[in-house]
Amino acid sequence: MIPILNQATLLFPSKSSNEAFARSAAACFAAQLDPTLEELGDVKTAVSEAVTNAIVHAYPEELGVVTMRLRILEGRIFEVTVKDKGVGIPDVDQARQPLYTTGDDSRSGMGFTIMESFMDSLRVRSIPGKGSTVTMRKRFSPRATGGK
Amino acid sequence: MPIRMQEENGLLTVFLSGDIDHATARPIMLELDREVAKRTPGVLRVDMSAVTFMDSSGIAVLLRTWRRLQETQSSMEVTAVPHQPWKVFSAAGLPKIIPMKAL
Repeated sequence: MIPILNQATLLFPSKSSNEAFARSAAACFAAQLDPTLEELGDVKTAVSEAVTNAIVHAYPEELGVVTMRLRILEGRIFEVTVKDKGVGIPDVDQARQPLYTTGDDSRSGMGFTIMESFMDSLRVRSIPGKGSTVTMRKRFSPRATGGK
Repeated sequence: MPIRMQEENGLLTVFLSGDIDHATARPIMLELDREVAKRTPGVLRVDMSAVTFMDSSGIAVLLRTWRRLQETQSSMEVTAVPHQPWKVFSAAGLPKIIPMKAL
């Protein structure tokens, strides 16, 4: 177990307008580690993908609750967990394949690929009918502690 | 979100701006569809210099527009792509399909 230095949990309804809120909130929380702009951009992108999946796929017919837990772990590790209690993913391995989508023509099927390439690790757990949990981690580069 | 456009000698330039995500992708996609159908440009240039954020929704928008232009033998180029959207396009291999230039 890596020691947890700080954490915050946000709950919000699966409205599309919360995608921008979620990625901004995640970036704000991660900012206490003084990441580079590039690292912040990576976090925002990955969070946007995970939250959009919950909004579009987990609750296709109705609004449901999306839980986003943000954690700072020892060693400059930022962890984000996005959880829903939606329909679940029948085949996680298939869902993680590039270009695979069950969405409409505004979805590219690249969500999991982007999460994988922008973060250091991605874990997806899902039970059909119960919901899905996506956990991602990224270790930020060391920053020089200059000044006084 | 209104999309600014400029047309000159068969070259239609569209200027995308703001955040492109699932919440904004569909209106952008529909407007591009409409304009491409109406103006049938020889070349469509997508200027992304004012895009502040883009996730994989942007890939779907550009691929769809690119496919529609292919059907009419028109071409498409994407210019002034900021760093963050560029990384998203690269992760999907899009610069190998659609001509693109970074900002």
